[in-house]
This record gives sequence, C-alpha cells and structure tokens, in this order.
Amino acid sequence: MGRTLFEKVWDSHVVVQGEGRPDLLYVDLHLVHEVTSPQAFEGLRLAGRRVRRPDLTVATMDHNVATGDDTPADPLSEQQLETLAQNCAEFGVPIHATGSGREGIVHVIGPELGLTQPGKTIVCGDSHTSTHGAFGALAFGIGTSEVEHVLATQTLQQRRPRTLRVFFDGELAPGVTAKDLVLAAIGQIGVDGGVGHAIEYAGPAIERLSMEGRMTVCNMSIEAGARAGMIAPDETTFAYLRARGVATDERWRELPSDPDAVFDREVVIDVAAVKPQVTWGTNPGMVVSIDDVVPEPANEAAERALAYMGLEPGTRIRDIHVDRVFIGSCTNSRIEDLRAAAAVVRGRHVHPSVRAMVVPGSASIKKQAEAEGLDQVFAAAGFEWRRAGCSMCLGMNPDVLAPGERCASTSNRNFEGRQGAGGRTHLVSPEVAAATALEGHFAVPA
Amino acid sequence: MKAFRSVTSPAVVLDRPDVDTDQIIPKQFLKRIERSGFGEFLFFDWRKDPAFELNHQQGRILLAGRNFGCGSSREHAPWALEDYGFEAIVAPSFGDIFRQNSLKIGLLPVELPAEQVRDLMERARAGEELTVDLEERTAGGYPFALDDFTRDCLLEGLDEIALTLRDEAAIAAYELAHA
Repeated sequence: MGRTLFEKVWDSHVVVQGEGRPDLLYVDLHLVHEVTSPQAFEGLRLAGRRVRRPDLTVATMDHNVATGDDTPADPLSEQQLETLAQNCAEFGVPIHATGSGREGIVHVIGPELGLTQPGKTIVCGDSHTSTHGAFGALAFGIGTSEVEHVLATQTLQQRRPRTLRVFFDGELAPGVTAKDLVLAAIGQIGVDGGVGHAIEYAGPAIERLSMEGRMTVCNMSIEAGARAGMIAPDETTFAYLRARGVATDERWRELPSDPDAVFDREVVIDVAAVKPQVTWGTNPGMVVSIDDVVPEPANEAAERALAYMGLEPGTRIRDIHVDRVFIGSCTNSRIEDLRAAAAVVRGRHVHPSVRAMVVPGSASIKKQAEAEGLDQVFAAAGFEWRRAGCSMCLGMNPDVLAPGERCASTSNRNFEGRQGAGGRTHLVSPEVAAATALEGHFAVPA
Repeated sequence: MKAFRSVTSPAVVLDRPDVDTDQIIPKQFLKRIERSGFGEFLFFDWRKDPAFELNHQQGRILLAGRNFGCGSSREHAPWALEDYGFEAIVAPSFGDIFRQNSLKIGLLPVELPAEQVRDLMERARAGEELTVDLEERTAGGYPFALDDFTRDCLLEGLDEIALTLRDEAAIAAYELAHA
C-alpha cells in the first residue's frame, strides 16, 4: 500500500520503535526563541548536559522585541532576550539576534534562510511551527520540556498521529486568499477537528498557491487542533528554495503522497463557495464570510464569545467598526502579504478613527519592502511602519490593544485577551485588513 | 519529573469547551525565566469574575470540557495548573501540545468519553470525591488509555532525557547513516 507524505517523513526519522512506547523521532532542525527556552537551557545546566547538535539548532528573538523606538521593551522582556543571548553563547547555539539583519519571526526566517526544506523534521517551542509544513517538512510545536529533550538528545519521544487530508476542491474566486481558505477550513473542521492528526492540504487551489500562501495555510493547522500541517513539495517549492541558494534534492520528488495512500480521515472544502472570511468570536473556528451577519449563538460558548466581543447577532459584518488594524505575524507578514496590502492602500488614506500598523516578519522582508518602496506607500496612507517581530499578534511586547479596542488582524488567534486584556480581535486576510483600515469598518478592496 | 500514582480529592468542574492556554496563563506571565510560581496567575483574567468556577471550588482534580488546553504551546499552562495544586485533569479531549506538556511534568491528562466526563461532573457537583489511579488506569471508576512507557515514566517520575540517552547508540547510528 502507498504511503502519505506524512508517513514517509515520519518513517524515515524513526530512531527507535517498540511495542507500548512512543517512537523515538530524530529532529533535523530545532528553532529556538526567547520565551520557551530559558527553563530548557537551565535544565541542561542543572543536569550538566550539553546541546547535542548546536549545528542543527538556530535561535532568534521575536516574541518580546520592541518594534518601534516609541515603545522600548520592558525590563522583564529585556532580561528574557538577554538570557537567550547568554544561553546561546554558553551552549554554542547560533543566534540571529535583534539588529543582526537576519532576525525576525522564527517561522519567517527558517524558510527565508533556506533552512526549512522538504522531508525534514522541524520543531520549535511554538505552536505555529506547523508553518514549515508548507515545504513538505514535518514540523510541529513543542513545550519547554521537549525543547530541553531535543537540545540534549536531538530526538523526541512521539506518539504517531493519525492522518487527515483536507482537500480543497475547485477554483478560488477572485479576491479570495490563502488566509480565507484556511479560515474557512477551520470553520468547517472545527477548532478541535484536527486533534491527534497531522493534516495534509491538497487540491488544485493549494497547488496554485505561492510558498507564502502555503505557509499561511499550514501556519493555522494548530487552530484546527492539528500539531502539523503539510503540503507536498513541487516545482513551486523547489524554485523558492533555489532562489535562496538551496539546490533541489532529487529525493524530494518522491515525498508526495502515493496515489493509493490512505488517510485516516478526509475532509473536502468547496473552494468556489469560499469568500473573504472574518472571525466574529473568540476562537478561529467562529468565522463567517464578510457578506454574512454575526450569527445567532448556538451554545453557551458562543454566547460568552459574543458578550466578550461586544457584538449583537444579526449585525452585518461590514457594519462592524474597528479601532485598530494589524498587518503582521507569522501568518501574514511576508513580502507577498505586504505587497498585497500596499496595492490596496496605495494613494488612499487610513480612516481617521483607525490606528493601523504594518510589522514585517523579518529584517530581510523589511529591507526588501523598503527597496520596493512599500514603506512609503504605507506611510503615505497613514500606517505605522515598524521593525520585525511578533508584535501585536500576542502582545508580549509594547504593541497591544487597550481594553475594548476592536482590531482587524492578519494574525492567527482571536482568543480573549490575546492582543491585550479586553481587546477584541477579528482575524482577516491582509487584503481585507488593508481595505478595513481605509473604510473604518470591515471591507474588501475596492 | 514529579511521580504520579493516584489522587483522591474533590474535583473542580470547569465545563467549558476549547479553553485555550492564553486563558490558562496570559502572555504577560511568560516573560519569567523560572519554572515555578505560575499558580497565582492561573486563569488571571477569568478569576477577576467572582462567578468564575475556580473562585468557589477547590480540589486537586480538574474536570474540563473538550479540547482543553488548545492553542499556544506554552508549557507555562501546565506549570500554572500544577503549581496551583492540580494533579490530574479529566476531559473528553486535550490540545495535543498541552497534553504532551502535561505528561512531561507529571500533571496527568486523562481522556474519557464525553458522557463519562459529564457523569463525573455531576458526581463532583454532588460533593463526591473522585479518585484518579494511574496504576489501575481509572478515573472515577472509568478505565482510560495510556501507553505503558508513558505510564511507567509517570509512576516512577523518571527523567525522560536520561531514558532517551540509553538509546544513545541508536541515535549515533542514525546520525552516521544520515550524515
């Protein structure tokens, strides 16, 4: 019987397998950032252990960094960033520190530096590690104990997940983006629909996506409950890597799922029916199209979500006004996202009641965007143009919402308080975020 | 890791689905570089509401809704639950990363069918003490699944890294074959 992409990558990384125990899986690339690593390095120190493969480990600073001179990092953040630098120096781990020119959101720089490659196993103490699955890698988030385990052994004890194929059937309508595809899929599967599974995204709409679009899709796998989401590598993948100095390994062509491979589950998404998406509640599965209205609550959780979001059922999504717009995060801060948003706002101006910011995903993207004049387009339109970092996706840095503020955000989580205590987050694509900034209420590009 | 054998205690009922780790421990507390002391910040924002479930129930077992601990990979969430005093969490399902993180620190996540969790919630609300027994693999009398390796690690409180390093030869051989 044929094997799936996931099975091929998993099987080729099993170091030890046995009855009644999880597989011992080899890790090809371990990405590290400041928030989930200090206790792991401390654990190594206490046990007198070293980092087994510093050459397969790469660190960067992203969650806590200040993205503007107006708002310096607080002392605790500074301490955490400094701790990472010290730990990397002590254990010989390469680091792309703030100011190095190679820093950025960990899931943006991995691909950008050519480190993310088909067939690799990639882990990081961050749930959005699934992003790297866009290259046909098996990539998933881990906690700090597992970070320590990987640092010490370059392996993980892992239960093999089941497989779920999400097949996008049909053609994408104009104005519909990768973000809309994945939000619609989460709406259909549910926020726990992928629990215990590794997802493979497939179908013509996926094949036609750029690498940036594929990363957006895989990034949000965890929002459907799946630790990993993957897309078969193809010529688009190889071209992206070639542009970053990585030659095509012929073995990558054998990675895609075999035609007779069987998935444990299969879900089909009708792509033609997908319109630009906007979340209305407090998890990414609470989502409707921009042409819809806020739904009647179906249960207690939905009632709580509506109360938190300050929304009435029946309100047209397009009539909801926003205070803030955030374009950034590991979901949507790549050059293609910024180009798409800039095309919408060029020659126009942000609505007077809205504060809008653009935060590129990496120092390199910032540089590229500035070379293309995108920073000028955003600045002329009234957007703040900031330095690379996680920024307002999770508000661990000075970029936060005030209580009650409503934000159209290109990030990945609309959980209560995610962008700041009491803040109200609506997840959208960069195009919708940009149009919304201009209009002051949810809108699609004119 | 802390060993876990069994716990008998009143149970705290938190009957909400999709409780994410951002709620369990909000981001402003992730800046600490220590592993302890997170308990006082558990459910920081929700605890401001006097009606919140944890403000008027006590116990070392938490009965939760489906998909408990979804979202962010922050291990600070199980650290906070454990530091607060919970030893076991029973739910119809867990976020995958949260479940894994909990197992690594000796906070036992127990998965039971939704109707059994519902029954336990009713029994807890009626004042019954519940027992979660890892040796027997039962919670409130209902059997649950957990692989032998993971169970033994928990029962003995074994250092998983030390266990893995017993496979050092296999790891080195893998590296040699894939160099």
